[in-house]
Amino acid sequence: MRDHGVPRPARERFGTTVEAMNEKPFALEIRALRKDFDKPAVDGLDLAVRAGEFYALLGPNGAGKTTTLKIVAGLLDPDAGSVSVFGVDALADPIAAKRMISWVPDEPMIYDKLTPYEYLEFVAGLWGVDASLAERRARDLIEWLGLAPNAHDRCQGFSRGMKQKVALAGALVHEPRLLILDEPLTGLDAGAARQVKEVLVERLGDGVAVVMTTHILEVAERMAERIGVIHEGRLIAEGTLADLSARAQGGGASLEDIFLDLVAGESDAA
Amino acid sequence: MSAPGSHAWLARHELRLSWRDWVSLLTAGRSRRLRGVVIAALIFLGVMHLLAFAIVAPLAAEGLAPDRETLVVISGALLLSLTTMISQSMDQVTRAFYARGDLDLILSSPVPASRVFAVRMTAIAVSTGGLTLAIGGPFVNALAVLDGAHWLAAYGVILAMGVIATAAAILLTMSLFRALGPKLTRAIAQVIAAIIGAAFVIGIQVAAILSIGSYARLSFLSAGPVMAWMPDTSSLVWWPARAAMGELGILLVIGAAGLIALALVIRLSASRFAANVIAAAGIGEGGAKAGRHRAGFQRLTSKQALRRKEWMALRRDPWLMSESLMQILYLVPPALLLWLNFRGSVGSLVILVPILVMAAGQLAGGLAWLAVSGEDAPELISSAPVSAGAIIAAKVEAVLAAIILVFAPFLTALALAAPRLALVAGLGIAASALSGVMVQIWFRAQAKRSRFRSRQTSSRVATLAEALGSISWAGTAALAAAGTWLAAGAAVFALITLACAWAMSPSRSFARYGPA
Repeated sequence: MRDHGVPRPARERFGTTVEAMNEKPFALEIRALRKDFDKPAVDGLDLAVRAGEFYALLGPNGAGKTTTLKIVAGLLDPDAGSVSVFGVDALADPIAAKRMISWVPDEPMIYDKLTPYEYLEFVAGLWGVDASLAERRARDLIEWLGLAPNAHDRCQGFSRGMKQKVALAGALVHEPRLLILDEPLTGLDAGAARQVKEVLVERLGDGVAVVMTTHILEVAERMAERIGVIHEGRLIAEGTLADLSARAQGGGASLEDIFLDLVAGESDAA
Repeated sequence: MSAPGSHAWLARHELRLSWRDWVSLLTAGRSRRLRGVVIAALIFLGVMHLLAFAIVAPLAAEGLAPDRETLVVISGALLLSLTTMISQSMDQVTRAFYARGDLDLILSSPVPASRVFAVRMTAIAVSTGGLTLAIGGPFVNALAVLDGAHWLAAYGVILAMGVIATAAAILLTMSLFRALGPKLTRAIAQVIAAIIGAAFVIGIQVAAILSIGSYARLSFLSAGPVMAWMPDTSSLVWWPARAAMGELGILLVIGAAGLIALALVIRLSASRFAANVIAAAGIGEGGAKAGRHRAGFQRLTSKQALRRKEWMALRRDPWLMSESLMQILYLVPPALLLWLNFRGSVGSLVILVPILVMAAGQLAGGLAWLAVSGEDAPELISSAPVSAGAIIAAKVEAVLAAIILVFAPFLTALALAAPRLALVAGLGIAASALSGVMVQIWFRAQAKRSRFRSRQTSSRVATLAEALGSISWAGTAALAAAGTWLAAGAAVFALITLACAWAMSPSRSFARYGPA
């Protein structure tokens, strides 16, 4: 039996049933989202994620995953459509929506000239977190992510994995209700990847919704409760691993087979 | 065809990279701009030649014999070039150790590190001399046309001085490495480079202020006491000047001395190159300590957090010091003038006002570029629950606070000597600094902080607007200090300049921050 040290999907871990999950409020609702650059990057996308749910967004390069997530995080304006975060219209009131969101891109957004401790203090200040509370959380996160020995070193000499952990700590220090991660495991070693995954699963237990894009399909397969497959800006399939397996023509055994089958089928149809 | 790994092969590689860097610097990475850049360079050369002919013509008409007065002026110009070249070389030599670039690839190859060092240092010598030639060339040409072709020997002198300057810069930097270690060398080398670069000009100004009570450098050099102190025309001191005037024997000696000095220094230092580069890399890997850290988080609003972050980033920027120190060093002569006039008449203090105002505009523009365009984590800032206006406001406040910190001592001293002038200077500094900041906000474009040196290339309009803004506010302040209503006209011109910059800018408001 393979054991990659990946925590079990949240539903199993916390005993959440599909029915119970469906009763939870929507953390993220995207309706008819459009964004054109030279060609449509997001083309009428509908997507909904509930509180406490781990949602993996998959798609080939250039499918529109990052554009979608950037719109949710308030980094891009859509051409059309709506985005709602825990009932707040993110386009009409971006500040209120941003208070609940954390965005973690594949390239860690940190400052080489700050230490992890100073970085977390800065992020907590940006999100207006009470200083003593933020400090307690920062200490916990630093300890938890194994950053304690370097907590007061500037980030300039850190490895990519360490920088990504600092960025993740920054994303969690203000206790977001919706965590958006764009390829957060890229370039991480096995130990760092496991720590990140453990942190994410722990947050799911607190009711945080996680939306993550990844090219490591095994992670999506083992961690996500629902998986969405996006291709040319549209959601071409969505559901649990079993749902997708049933939809795929080849009825593939692994998510990789299913994913390739779905994308190939869509390309052929186009 | 040179053998791979040989000196010539490495030199060709360096030349290709330098050429592409140079083109990219001038065109800001847009190849369509190349034609425009060539035209601009030709216009620049034309204007420089006109200027050179205008300056040189009266001197040539009087006749330029190798007398002491002529030798003093030429030696002064050469010494100014030499100090600037040493400063420039020292900056480049230091960067050669710290900027990784392709060094990891090259040093991991079987090519000896000493060979790479030799090629890179020679390239620095050539580029240092070349840059000075570009500026000094028109004057040499004008002299050659108006006074005789023998002046073309000055080209050789400038190149030889480039070689000598690089040898001195290598020697200084390597000594610092040995004495202070890699961590301190980066900071100290920048300070020394800035001081050397400004030393001659500032020294002359200080001497002129102390002796004749004004900035006039040429008057000071040709003043009686100075001339009396100068050695006879046969002295070795005048050799570079005599070589520049066409004495080929001396030129050959100076050229040979320069080449031998550079070869010797490279040979002596090359074996330490790889070790120093590795040591320099080690200061990054080790994770620089932030020094003392407070016991707890401070209670901060979003704007306070942003301001504090900007100040920390500015304070810890390893290259900012060399970029800004020179501007601050040039405030030394006005400070001296201020000090000397403290108990005397207020008259000559008027000259301080435009200098302070102009320096504030330039410094504010640079700092604003770092804070706005050089933001390291724009997506983090954009995804925070803070309005775009508040983000920009916090960054502007951070920059203006830094400006206040630099200029407050001058204004305080000026207020004690001449309160009205201090008020005028204060208002001018505020207007000039705000102009510089606004231009950077309107023309913001995401860039790495390390591109600070080449920030002018990202937008010519922004560079021109920033310069025109600070010059016109300096003019306004000077006229206001002199008590004339013409100041209003200069202020209107400054405002028109800003309005034009705003109209031509891609982001005409504070409303957006970040990539959206």
